[in-house]
Amino acid sequence: MRYYAYFPGCSASHGSAKAYDRSAQAVAKALDVELIELEDWNCCGSTPSTSVDELTSFCASARNLALAEKRGLDLVTPCSACYVILSRTNSSLKEYPGLRAKVDEALAAGDLEYHRTARVRHLLDVFANDIGYDEIASKVKRDLGRLKVAPYYGCQVVRPQLGFDHPESPQSLDRLVESLGAKATPFPLKARCCGGSLIISEEDLALGLIHKLLDSASSNGAECIVTVCPLCQTNLDVYQGRVNKKFKANFNLPVLFFTQLIGVAFGIDSRALGLEKCIVSPEEVLARCL
Amino acid sequence: MEKFAEEICAIPGGEGIRLCIQCGTCTASCPNANRMDHTPRELIAMARAGMREEVLSSNSMWLCLSCYLCTVRCPRGIKQTDLMHVLECLAVRHRLSNVRTRTPVMHRSFTDFVYSIGSVPEIGFMTWFYLLTNPLRALRMIPLALSLLKHGRMSVKARRLRPEGERQLRTILERAQLLGGMS
Repeated sequence: MRYYAYFPGCSASHGSAKAYDRSAQAVAKALDVELIELEDWNCCGSTPSTSVDELTSFCASARNLALAEKRGLDLVTPCSACYVILSRTNSSLKEYPGLRAKVDEALAAGDLEYHRTARVRHLLDVFANDIGYDEIASKVKRDLGRLKVAPYYGCQVVRPQLGFDHPESPQSLDRLVESLGAKATPFPLKARCCGGSLIISEEDLALGLIHKLLDSASSNGAECIVTVCPLCQTNLDVYQGRVNKKFKANFNLPVLFFTQLIGVAFGIDSRALGLEKCIVSPEEVLARCL
Repeated sequence: MEKFAEEICAIPGGEGIRLCIQCGTCTASCPNANRMDHTPRELIAMARAGMREEVLSSNSMWLCLSCYLCTVRCPRGIKQTDLMHVLECLAVRHRLSNVRTRTPVMHRSFTDFVYSIGSVPEIGFMTWFYLLTNPLRALRMIPLALSLLKHGRMSVKARRLRPEGERQLRTILERAQLLGGMS
């Protein structure tokens, strides 16, 4: 049994990506991994709050690190934005003594201390490197029949360089997809941006980026896309209709969380994986394996 | 060094502007550079030349996607994405945020939730954002909202911390604000 402190993030715990949390928990269980939710965690602040007041955003994020340190376990998150913000807080506290002093003082006001020992991990890193492809392959019960999957990493799981995969040409998700018996299609834009939160404030601009991604995946023969981030999933899935309208396109590409695809291969019931929550239904594409 | 450049360098992530060789790798890597008033490379040159108002009131940093491509490619190791965040914070602090993009308000609406309850309910955040920008535009979002609702992807109820957790977070953040930002 492996144990981790688990930081679901706002989208996966209570928001539009609940299927991510549900499927992550289901496949973790099948792999003898226990994701123990960090008690009373708060929003990491995500990218928007680093653009309003830096110090306050570092303090909000550091509270979670202090709680995880007390717990003595690696802090694992399935969300790429939480991952980058929590990791960045860790590295900035090490790099800038002036910042550290202020964050320590603010944490002390809340009776917390942080000694900078918490280790922040992305769930993909845990699956690829702690559990490993062989162990994952050994649990596969359903033949995915060489389902053609575009592995989409997005940005913040691999950048800035945090170490577990290449920042521009990552491979871990490709290998994971292949270990399930599916076929990872070439996907030149696999680590390019989906528009992130600018989908809200600058929709036209973000739709252009999403269009490029869908086009790249589809023209390389993908039948579906897998993602490792709640926001990437929302942009590619929920906004696919708008992309079709704006660019007079005809995409019909289901966008699954990687944990959902693992769950399908493991033979886990589709309700337990939240597959019904995909806006572009994966039913037809997965019909031959379900 | 110009006073403005000094102000930037004093904030973690801003110090890199000293190292820039104006090669333009950041601009060439940026998915949104063509929509910016000034490209990332220009922004650094202008900051070093002390063009405070022009830099802080531009739309450039608000179009940054935080995709970190510039950061991993910079041959001088400048944390360009962090620098963009520094400029955003300075624009907010000096009330110079660009008004042609809605991104500053979006960031503000999001952060209001982080600081008040420690979590961001999507529906609350979006409603707050449209109220602060253009409530009529919210009408365009109705079909998307209905589709999310139909697929069980929209919760009306926000996640709340336990009262003692919420109190602790608030105490920490109030102290952070007393400590007066980064510089």
